Amino acid sequence: MKINSPLEAYKYLPQTNCGECGEPTCMAFASKLIDRSGKTTDCPPLVKEKKFAKKLAELDKLLAPEIREVAIGVGDRVAKIGGDDVLYRHKLTFFNKTKMFFDVTDTMEEAALVERVKKITDYKKFYVGRNLLLDGVAIRAASNDPAKFAAAVKKVIENTELPVILCSFNPAVLKAGLEVAKDKNPLLYAANKDNWKEVGELALEYKVPVVVSAFNDLDTLKSLAKTFAEAGIKDIVLDPGTYPSGKGLKDTFTNFLKIRRAGIMGDTEIAYPIMAMPLTAWMSGISDPVSASYWETVLSSVFTIRYGDIMLLHSMEPYATMPEVHLAETIYTDPRSPVAVDSKMYKVGTPDENSPVLFTTNFALTYYTVESDLASNGINCWLLAVNTDGIGVEASVAGGQLTADKVKEAFEKSGFDLKKDVTHNTVITPGLAARLQGDIEDKLGAKVLVGPMDSGRLPGFMEKNWPPK
Amino acid sequence: KFSFENFAEWATPIQEVPIGNTSADGGSRGKRVLVGGEKALPFFPDAVMPNRNQVTIDVFDMRIGLAKAVKENYDEVMDSPGEWAKKNVEKFNADMITIHLISTDPLVKDTPAKEAAKTVEEVLQAVDVPIAIGGSGNPQKDPEVLARAAEVAEGERCLIASASLNLDYAKIAEAALKYDHDVLSWTQLDMNSQKELNRKLMKQCNVPRDRIIMDPTTAALGYGLDYAYTNMERIRLAALMGDEELTFPMSSGTTNAWGARESWMVSSPLKEDSDWGPREYRGPIWEIVTGLSLAIAGNDLFMMMHPTSVAVLKHITQTLF
Ligand code: B12
Ligand code: SF4
Repeated sequence: MKINSPLEAYKYLPQTNCGECGEPTCMAFASKLIDRSGKTTDCPPLVKEKKFAKKLAELDKLLAPEIREVAIGVGDRVAKIGGDDVLYRHKLTFFNKTKMFFDVTDTMEEAALVERVKKITDYKKFYVGRNLLLDGVAIRAASNDPAKFAAAVKKVIENTELPVILCSFNPAVLKAGLEVAKDKNPLLYAANKDNWKEVGELALEYKVPVVVSAFNDLDTLKSLAKTFAEAGIKDIVLDPGTYPSGKGLKDTFTNFLKIRRAGIMGDTEIAYPIMAMPLTAWMSGISDPVSASYWETVLSSVFTIRYGDIMLLHSMEPYATMPEVHLAETIYTDPRSPVAVDSKMYKVGTPDENSPVLFTTNFALTYYTVESDLASNGINCWLLAVNTDGIGVEASVAGGQLTADKVKEAFEKSGFDLKKDVTHNTVITPGLAARLQGDIEDKLGAKVLVGPMDSGRLPGFMEKNWPPK
Repeated sequence: KFSFENFAEWATPIQEVPIGNTSADGGSRGKRVLVGGEKALPFFPDAVMPNRNQVTIDVFDMRIGLAKAVKENYDEVMDSPGEWAKKNVEKFNADMITIHLISTDPLVKDTPAKEAAKTVEEVLQAVDVPIAIGGSGNPQKDPEVLARAAEVAEGERCLIASASLNLDYAKIAEAALKYDHDVLSWTQLDMNSQKELNRKLMKQCNVPRDRIIMDPTTAALGYGLDYAYTNMERIRLAALMGDEELTFPMSSGTTNAWGARESWMVSSPLKEDSDWGPREYRGPIWEIVTGLSLAIAGNDLFMMMHPTSVAVLKHITQTLF
């Protein structure tokens, strides 16, 4: 982004305070543009009225992120990468979580290929009310045979909606893959100093994003990117090479830092998303597969944090994928606000007037942990999410966001009446909020049971303590 | 041509802090560990990183509940802190040992401070690496326990863990100074509290700069690592840019990773999840990724438990070093 104050963005807005964007004033809307929570297209007059066309174009240019955003694939599962404006997440937030593509080769048996593609597509790990997923399939032309490659690409796209990467340094092979996948906006991997002419032409002809690759050679990498940009290719991804170990790995780390720093500081010729290849861990001579998988996860972690926007991975072991998707989520959550759920009364299962009533906080991690512990154990109940400004139980008790008054307020706002809606007039508190027991009893005029410290123990607790005597 | 410039605004180096006294320094440790001294973010090309990351492996003064994958490695030494410490050094390549005096907690065994101090002596005799000494976390009892431990470890330059705002930090600081030790300044995920405590240790308790290490709190992957990571990165950046209340090396209780369900539960509590796979492989990598993330954020010293986690964390941080 070339500007950093709302005042500068304001200059380009209609300045009528019409309110159509949902903000009371153009100035308020300008702040949203600067913190990237709003887009220019949210201001109807700016988009619709001809007289603002020039301002809109200028403003869009000023607001464009430093690192180019590139889209791979089509439809719901399109993978957007890049689009960042800062080097440290607390300065704003990082946009477009690192995308994880898993490899298949065109020499695999068909059944194995299909099975692996399905496994990649179906992977999910529940986390705070959503599923963490894998992002795509990288098809490697191990055969170097155009026909074989085309057949494999066809099989893959028949079996998944996920975006694909076509991997070969042979332009004829890439072209064969493109013919099959041309409607899928695949990413081409890759153009290097030997084949860049032909691969560049393919990218232009089929209008697809393309990786430029130069192993540990930033000068060549930059000049390839520059040549492509001048030829009219906009969607470029950089591959500076990923060495799996030793000094080479240190160099790779340094390259990632240098590229991203230069891009954020305004060197537009290299301001593109970066590709990391943790799967090179499998070529580093580690013989035992668990250790190789661990090392791949280590490389993936390093480059999730330091500026890898897309990566090629191999191990599908759960102990590899689970930390990988969690770390991407960790680094890319918005540090400006805790993730919270609406503060209200939720039904878990099909509760009735004899079902227990529990409360927790509206911190998403807390709420969904408790909710899933209850639901997956078949406990029908009422679960109230108290508004603690999105803070978990222990920290909100310590910080004063979870008090008896807050609990009372939450019951009142939810319209749930402990005396009428249930027969037992009883509430169960989190074990970590035990010290509020007396206060809550006074404020609600209800019986209060102190639950276990960890909601995972609620099933055992219920067996012993419910219904209350 | 690609060009790259170093960051000019990183002008203030992090304080270098030694842990452990050798005979040359008046102690009995076989070696001394140095942490801190950085002039840039970890592994960045802007400046050479003077000291590598160090790992200290936990020892407890009583048998405690541990995740199965961790316990397997320690079961036969858990009744003897000395043997446990030895195993950590000889077999698992620990740079340091942390002895946690958890049995002193009034709600656990209420072991008297005097008794607990003997365990510290036992560990000091069993191994010759530098040691960290931790209390039970009980704010009423810890100052007394740690002061006593500091006394029996006089001259060894141990790391006393921890001074915090919710206990008598002055008593801990005083004992550390009197008996020649370092102080771990522990706050909970809040940069301003960290500044406040460091300031109090320096101004009010006269702890010299080369005796302070910070623990800004570690939350596990999936359970607040987003806060812990950014808290450390912000602290380190502020320090490099001249905030003298934050220019100290950092330490992480990386073992918190074992609190995450993903590292110890047999399988997912949710049937919709893809298979979680064998937990004996999930736990160590959870500890590795938690620690590694913080290494990149600026953390220097790691308090860890699983031998595989220790080995892999050392390998990657020394590769990037
Ligand atoms: C992440 C974190 C933070 C984040 C909070 C992020 C957020 N949105 O909540 C931040 C950085 C903001 C933070 C700040 C503070 N924190 Co803090 N924080 C943590 C940390 C590392 C993890 C907490 C967490 O998210 N746990 C996971 C969630 C899911 O747990 P939970 O909400 O408790 O839910 C579980 C149980 O309570 C139970 N449960 C929940 N609901 C229900 C309902 C029922 C009916 C039942 C039966 C059970 C149940 O099951 C859930 C799953 O296990 C802990 C230390 C730790 N490792 O535990 C410290 C910790 C909670 N923090 C602490 C403190 C002191 C603070 C601060 C006061 C520090 C300060 N000086 O500023 C502030 C307060 C901020 C505020 N309130 O405004 C202390 C609390 C000590 C105490 N007991 O008083 C802790 C324990 C650290 C410590 N060891 O000292 N913190
Ligand atoms: S819609 Fe546009 S013109 Fe109207 S208030 Fe919002 S920013 Fe201003």
